Amino acid sequence: MLSAGFLRRPLVRHLVIAVVLVVVLFLVTGILSSYNNFQIALIASYVIAVAGLSLLTGLNGQISLGHGAFMAVGAYTTALLETHQHWPLALVLALSAVTAAAAGLVTGLGAARLRGPYLAGATLALAVGLPELTIKFTSTLGGESGLPVNPPPPVSFLGASFDPNRYLAWVSILCVAVTLVLLANLVTSRFGRDFRAVRDDEIAASLSGIRVAGNQVLAFVVSAACAGLGGAIYALATGIVNPAGFTLVLSIAILTGTVIGGLGTLAGAVWGGILLVYLPRWSESLSNGFKLNKVVSSNLSLGLYGVVLIVVILAFPAGLQGGVRQAGRALRSRFMSGPGSSGSTGAAAPAGVSTPVASGGGGETS
Amino acid sequence: MNIRPNRSAWRLGAVVAVIGLVAAACGGSSSNSTNSTTANTSGTNTASAPGITATTITIGSHQPLTGPAAPGYSEIAPASNALFKYVNAHGGVDGRSINYIYEDDGYNPANTATVVRKLVLQDNVFAIFNGLGTPTHQAVLSFLQTEKVPDLFVASGCDCWDNPTQDPETFGFQTDYTIEGKVLASYEQAHYKGEKVGYLFQNDDFGQGGVKGFDQEIPSSDVVSRQSYDATAAGLANGLGNQVSAIKAAGAKVVMLDTIPVATALTLLAAAEIGYNPVWIVSSVGGDPPTLSGLLSSISKGKAGASLENGVISASYLPSFSDTANPWIALFKSIHDQYDASEPWDGNTVYGMAVAYTFVQTMKAAGRNPTRADVLKALETDGGSFTGPGLVPFGYSTSHHNGYVGEQMGVVENGAFNMSGPVYRTTDSSGTPVTTYSGTQPAPPTSF
Repeated sequence: MLSAGFLRRPLVRHLVIAVVLVVVLFLVTGILSSYNNFQIALIASYVIAVAGLSLLTGLNGQISLGHGAFMAVGAYTTALLETHQHWPLALVLALSAVTAAAAGLVTGLGAARLRGPYLAGATLALAVGLPELTIKFTSTLGGESGLPVNPPPPVSFLGASFDPNRYLAWVSILCVAVTLVLLANLVTSRFGRDFRAVRDDEIAASLSGIRVAGNQVLAFVVSAACAGLGGAIYALATGIVNPAGFTLVLSIAILTGTVIGGLGTLAGAVWGGILLVYLPRWSESLSNGFKLNKVVSSNLSLGLYGVVLIVVILAFPAGLQGGVRQAGRALRSRFMSGPGSSGSTGAAAPAGVSTPVASGGGGETS
Repeated sequence: MNIRPNRSAWRLGAVVAVIGLVAAACGGSSSNSTNSTTANTSGTNTASAPGITATTITIGSHQPLTGPAAPGYSEIAPASNALFKYVNAHGGVDGRSINYIYEDDGYNPANTATVVRKLVLQDNVFAIFNGLGTPTHQAVLSFLQTEKVPDLFVASGCDCWDNPTQDPETFGFQTDYTIEGKVLASYEQAHYKGEKVGYLFQNDDFGQGGVKGFDQEIPSSDVVSRQSYDATAAGLANGLGNQVSAIKAAGAKVVMLDTIPVATALTLLAAAEIGYNPVWIVSSVGGDPPTLSGLLSSISKGKAGASLENGVISASYLPSFSDTANPWIALFKSIHDQYDASEPWDGNTVYGMAVAYTFVQTMKAAGRNPTRADVLKALETDGGSFTGPGLVPFGYSTSHHNGYVGEQMGVVENGAFNMSGPVYRTTDSSGTPVTTYSGTQPAPPTSF
C-alpha cells in the first residue's frame, strides 16, 4: 500500500517511528513496577531538556549553562497552574513550554550578541540568579520550601485504582514522542540547515542570506521551550518545586547528559536522560558495596560518576550515540559485505532488518 | 542529524533494547500489599504489613550524608542505626530485627522525592523514619499520605508535621520552633523583664516559627529591633555585621537568635568586633557548643574561638551529651563506643539514638504483628505517655501529631552545655501559657 517514497518523507517516517515506540513503551509500563514507571517520568523530563540543549549547542553552536533555570520556569508554571488553578494537564504542559520559551526569547535576544565564554557566563548567571527570585516572591512562589505539585490523576476511564506513576509514565512518554518528532522535523527542515550553517560559519551563513541573530534567537526559544516542558514533567514526577531542586548542578547535569549522550543527536538525548537518572544511583550502590568508611563511600559515588564520564568521553568522543553508530557500522560491514554470508547467528537479525530500507546507504555524515 | 531509514531502524532497535534492558535490570519488584486489618497481639510472628516479616522490620530514611547540610547531621542516621544494632543484638523487637536503610539526598528535595519513592515502591519499607529537613521532607509529604506509609518522627522542628486531618501518616519528633520560641522568650521574661530586646532570625519556616513563639511571650513594646537574614550563600557571604550593628544601635540588652550554627557564629563574631555584649538566647538549632566552637575558629581563621560562646543561653528537649551522669547518656555513650565509634560523640549522636529508641518503643506499643494502621493508632493513643530519654512528654494524640512539647534551659560553659532549672512545656497556640513540667525521666530499660 505505502510506497517506499511515501515512507521516506521525514514527517511520515518520524511519525511512524514515534507511534511504534510509544505503543511499545506503553506496553512496557505495564510490566514495570510503580517505581520504574516513576523513573521513566524522570528520564523523560531529562530527555526533553537534553534534546533541547542538544539542538542549541550541537546544531546551532550556542552554549547554555542556564537550562536548569528554564526547567525551573516550566516547573513553577506547572505548579501554579496545575495545582492552584486546576487547569487541564495538556494545557498546563503546553503553557509551561510557552512560558519557558518566553524566558528563552529574552535570554536569546541577549545571547545572540554574546559568544563563547561570555555566553556561558551570562547563562551561568541565569542559572544561579533565577531560583533566587522564588525567595524574593515568597507569597506567590513559596520561598525556600517551594510549592507542592499534585501528581496528575489518571483519566477517569482507567479506573480509580490505576497506578498514578504508570499514568505519569504514559504522559511523559507522549511528551517525549511529541517533542522528538517536532525536533526531528525541525532539524531536517530549512531551519535545521540554517542552524547548522550558523554554527559552522556565521559570516558564510549571513552571506547566504540567513539572518544570523534571528536564527540564534529562534534556536534559544525552541531550546528553552523544551527545557520548560522537561521541567513541567520533572515537577509532576517529584511532586514539589523549590529552588534547591533547580540549582546550577541541574544545569551542569543537563549539559553533561547532552555531551555524553551525543551532542547534536536526538537519540543521544535518550541516552543522556537514562544516564542522568541511573548513573548516580549505580555509582552510589557500587560505592556502598565496598563497605568503606562513611566519609569515603558517600563521596566515592561522585568520584565513580566522574570516572564514567571521563571514560565515555575518551572512548566515544562523539558521545554514546556516536559509539552506537560505530558499533552499528562495524556490525553492518561485517554481516553485509561478506560474500553471501547467510548469517547463522542471531546477531544477523538486526542487520537483516535494516537491509530492505538501506537502499544505498553508506557514506552517511552526521 | 540526517536521519536515514536504516539508521532509524537501528535507533528504534537500540532504544527498545535499552528500555528492555533497563526493565530487566530493575526487576519488576511487585509490591505485596497484604494489609491484614486486625492486630494480633500474641502468638507467632507473621508478615503483618509491607516491610515486616516474621524476623525483620525494614524501615527507610532520607538523610543529608553529603552536601551543605551534612556536617553534624550526617551523624544522626549512623547513631540511630547503632541503637538498632544494639536492640537487634538484645533480641530485637518481639524477635524481629530492625533493618534500617538510609539514603543520601544531599539535602536536595528533588533527590528526596527519588530516594523515598525507591524506599517505598522498590524496597517496600514499612515506614519512613526520621526523614531529615523541612524543604526535603515536604517534597514527599503528600506522596507518603497517598501511599499510606507511616511517616514517623520527621527530623525538623517545623510545625507543618502536626496536621493529623490532612497528613494522618506524619508525626513530628523534636520540639517545634514555635514552642521553643515560647520557652526561650518566657525565660527572657522571667529573668530580664522590661529590658530592651532584639531579634535576629533566619527568614524561613524555622526563623519565622521561632519569632511567632517569641512574640507570644515578649511584649512588642520591648522589642526594639527585628533583623533577619536569608540562609543562602549570598545572604551570609558578607557576615551579619549590619544586622548586629542595628540591634546594638537600638540599645537591646537581650538578643534572641533563631539562627543556624553558622549564622550564630557570624553573629557572635560581628558583636565581638564592635564590642557588643548583650545576653544571647539562642535556639537549640544554632546552639550546639562543639559545632559552634568549630565554626567560630574556622570563620575567624583561628583568631577567635570557644571563649566567645561562653555564657550563651540555649535549651534542649534531650539531656546534654556532656551530662555523663545521666543514665540515658551513659547507655547511649556505651552503644556509641561499641557500634558507632567511627562517628563523633555530640548532640547529634544523642538525638539519633533518642529517636531510634522512640521507634522501638512505638513498635512495642503497636502489638506483636502490627499493621501500618496499628502503628499510627499506637502513637495516637499511647504516644503521649511515652517516657524515655526525652525531658518532656510528646504531644501525640488523635488531634495532634507534634513531638516533644517543651525544653529545659541551659548555658554554654567551656565547651559543655550545662542544663539546669525547671523543665518548661507549652503548645503552639497563643492562649496556652508556658508551665513547668514536673515528670521525671525513668531509668533506661535493662533489657530490650
